[in-house]
Amino acid sequence: MKVLVAVKRVVDYNVKIRVKPDRSDVDLTNVKMAMNPFCEIAVEEAVRLKERGVASEIVAVTVGPKAAQEQLRTALALGADRAIHVETDERVESLGAAKVLAKLVEQEQPGLVILGKQAIDTDNNQTGQMLAALTGLPQGTFASEISVAGEGDEQRLQVTREIDGGLQTIELTLPAIVTTDLRLNEPRYAKLPDIMKAKKKPMDVKQPADLGVEVASRLTLLKVEPPAERKGGIKVGSVDELIDKLKNEAKVL
Amino acid sequence: MSILVLAEHHDGVLSGATAHVVAAAQQIGGDIDILVAGEDMAGVAEAAAKLDGISRVRVADHGTYAHLLAEPTAALIAALAGDYSHVLAGASTTGKNVLPRVAALKDVSQISEIVAVDSADTFARPIYAGNAIATVQSADPLKVITVRATAFDAVGETGSASIEAVDFVADNAQSAFVKEALAESDRPELGAARVVISGGRGMGNGENFKLLEGIADKLGAAIGASRAAVDAGFVPNDMQVGQTGKIVAPDLYLAVGISGAIQHMAGMKDSKVIVAINKDEEAPIFQVADYGLVADLFEALPELEKKL
Repeated sequence: MKVLVAVKRVVDYNVKIRVKPDRSDVDLTNVKMAMNPFCEIAVEEAVRLKERGVASEIVAVTVGPKAAQEQLRTALALGADRAIHVETDERVESLGAAKVLAKLVEQEQPGLVILGKQAIDTDNNQTGQMLAALTGLPQGTFASEISVAGEGDEQRLQVTREIDGGLQTIELTLPAIVTTDLRLNEPRYAKLPDIMKAKKKPMDVKQPADLGVEVASRLTLLKVEPPAERKGGIKVGSVDELIDKLKNEAKVL
Repeated sequence: MSILVLAEHHDGVLSGATAHVVAAAQQIGGDIDILVAGEDMAGVAEAAAKLDGISRVRVADHGTYAHLLAEPTAALIAALAGDYSHVLAGASTTGKNVLPRVAALKDVSQISEIVAVDSADTFARPIYAGNAIATVQSADPLKVITVRATAFDAVGETGSASIEAVDFVADNAQSAFVKEALAESDRPELGAARVVISGGRGMGNGENFKLLEGIADKLGAAIGASRAAVDAGFVPNDMQVGQTGKIVAPDLYLAVGISGAIQHMAGMKDSKVIVAINKDEEAPIFQVADYGLVADLFEALPELEKKL
């Protein structure tokens, strides 16, 4: 089974982001970028499926600027076989990304598509679900465990999902779209020889127009502001004083 | 304007979050209908009809909608969406699962997890794990929106809306419910708890998290952890609070042995009251804590448990 994995280049999760002085957006000048953590989990799951003999080929894809090829190379170093970069400098929203991915699904005909459940920049949590709608495929979102059972037309994907308050298991026909949650796996680090080998793996570069997809934004970003500043409070001298403050001042006990 | 709100329910009970989503709908303004989809929904429909400000409760009562699986539920909402200018749901795992699918079926954007309504087409929402608030305007003819329930006060329950059946039955041969395992713990879940107590690398090992349990029992608190504690193997990943874990905003958050890495603070800084217990008085967590106690947690925790 061919597996398509989508990855996104985002701000490294350790970076403290700042809003631009003119409040037009966040300031990403000279900020460390990395693969979105949930996408790392998606790549890892695809690699594990290949190691288990379930996946035959892993195709990593991204939609974004030229620099996003760095994240595709990371995916290749981790075990993807080839990559597709759909290059654009537009601020691509989830719907635009999903439309690009839907075209790639049509071309590549994967048995399974794995995406991160959300990117830690826009925090939208939409692309996988939208891709499922556009391709008419079933979706297993927020997955903490996936397994394939059966053969041929009887093949089904069991997905255990992280839902509010617990876990839900559903069964999907294939092909299917899966989005990853934190507990699905713990991603490995790329080894140096694999990073070298990744440089030689094939990477196909396309434009959204090549796919006949319009990725321009539908939403206007009017402003971006820092959240209400949280003021530091006071130090208390003892456990007794802490309990007193929580009871009588904060009134939360 | 006319707004459709997807009701959330579990085990035949309307979830409290729905009243908060209706409050967001009222701020947008216009007629508000509630869609109750599921199986054996009479009780949920009656509860929804009592919510203030509702015109109609539309009930799609059919086995295909049991457990609100994304494929049939999104097809149902998309089929009804022509009657509305806005479709709203809570930013719960149900709303997040279903609504983007609806938006794509209608070829519109979705606006995720709004925390404020500026006007009928302009909304504020957190980005970068709440480190910035974006205000976005939608030009789409249909606005599909998930709502952070904690950002809107619930409407009252003095209404008496009419209840109407919806005949549309979505075909679904693609997905099937297998089972559900909801946390058996007596403790509340992290995302919904009124009090959260979290441990960090300063806890030293997983065994020491027991020191938090007695306090959690007394306060009815959920127990969380920093990423550092998870990475060190002290506790499982599902306890992680932070940008790559759960985002929480309880009334009281106690951070114990947590230094306050950016990625942890992103997950808890909207808590109403923050308490930090750390032996390092320079720890960044004290910069956001309302009450800081510089102390050895191995002495402070047993004392706190005894005196609560």
